[in-house]
Amino acid sequence: MPEEYENKGAGRPLVELTHVEKHYGDLHVLKDINLQVSKGEVVVVVGPSGSGKSTMCRTINRLETIDSGDIRIDGKPLPQEGKALAELRAEVGMVFQSFNLFANKTILENVTLAPIKVRHMDKKKAEDLAMELLARVGVDSQAQKMPAQLSGGQQQRVAIARALAMQPKVMLFDEPTSALDPEMVNEVLDVMTELAHEGMTMICVTHEMGFARRVADRIVFMADGHILEQATPAQFFEHPQTDRARDFLSKILTH
Amino acid sequence: MSSIHELLTQYDVLGAFAVNIELTVFAGLLATVLGIILVIMRISPISSLRAVAGGYVELFKNMPLTIIMVFMVLGVYAQLKLSFSDNFDVNFFWLAVTGLGLYTAAFVCEALRSGINTVPLGQAEAARALGLGFTQTARQIILPQAFRGSVAPLGNTLIALLKNSTVAAAASVATETSSLMSEMIEFHADAIVTIFLIFAIGYVILIIPIGMITTYLSNKLAVRR
Repeated sequence: MPEEYENKGAGRPLVELTHVEKHYGDLHVLKDINLQVSKGEVVVVVGPSGSGKSTMCRTINRLETIDSGDIRIDGKPLPQEGKALAELRAEVGMVFQSFNLFANKTILENVTLAPIKVRHMDKKKAEDLAMELLARVGVDSQAQKMPAQLSGGQQQRVAIARALAMQPKVMLFDEPTSALDPEMVNEVLDVMTELAHEGMTMICVTHEMGFARRVADRIVFMADGHILEQATPAQFFEHPQTDRARDFLSKILTH
Repeated sequence: MSSIHELLTQYDVLGAFAVNIELTVFAGLLATVLGIILVIMRISPISSLRAVAGGYVELFKNMPLTIIMVFMVLGVYAQLKLSFSDNFDVNFFWLAVTGLGLYTAAFVCEALRSGINTVPLGQAEAARALGLGFTQTARQIILPQAFRGSVAPLGNTLIALLKNSTVAAAASVATETSSLMSEMIEFHADAIVTIFLIFAIGYVILIIPIGMITTYLSNKLAVRR
């Protein structure tokens, strides 16, 4: 099929949103969203609350459905439901604002569950992989504890390890530090920074402007359901093009 | 004046309590099985199953138990000719079990559903985001947490069932406690308060441990978040 030829071409976007629209009842939350993310690219999505950033992030693994438009991961359109969708989700890692570690499982079980159940990995192998990832995010000493026994920062690092255990092609971060106490924000951002330097493709919704400036390859600015600007951090923070972005930046960067 | 000792030797009070406990155990088993089926139907993605289970729960939850029990005898047995046994007592016993079980299943379903509602949506989202399917998510993540969250309401349902088992008198089960109490009062009108206290205290003794056990389990099993 000619389409597959096209998909195998080099430099094609890993994540591609085309003319995506979504409504919540009367509220038009996503308006003609077009976004392409290449392999290895770190895209940070910023914008005021209620601008549709999180919703857009969640449409990429179909935790939110869309009304119209097209979303492709690695050239393949998002499946509707069922097994094909589960397979796709296994390739897309997601980190949530509220961590969402499985409350009835230990830290180790949280990380091994999906590799064992979805990838049918051998239990011993899954545990070795999990311990390696937990060591990487610095919480291997907590492996036998329950999630509620860990601090927020530790829980979020476990959540990152849990997503990485599936060896995803792309990682989605939906405001990963917004629910954390201030002193725990950096430990999570450090893990994300390291991940970015290792070449992981990342889409991060965040309010951490320092992280955005340092780590992002590209800033996507959203307001009222539109993508208003896409630029390098230097361009965006020094020379925002729209009044809306200037207004946003003036409010968050003055102190 | 009849003494407590006289009353207890003349009447089989313990035997009457045993009948209520049997009614509770069998009706409880029926209600548990039916309740689990109903709650799975209620959360299933198929809307017709949800509607049927929802209709069942609303119907039985809002109907007086006495009416169900009388219907079991006058409707199911006398009119529809469905019976469990040729032995009258055995037949009425199982009709009462069925009526109690059908009624209590609605409350078991609601108790389990309240447990499912204690599981935050994010738990299912995280499981789905990792590629787990609907049944894997339910089995591994949602139901284990939901069950722990339903211990207290299930205990309350069990307590209500034990007390409701006295309504079996309306289904002509003559050997259970409330029937025996009426009989005793009829022949020992001088000892109404004593007779009343015997049965009241008997139920309190049975029910207090159930409450204590469910409170203990509910705290011990609670999901820490």
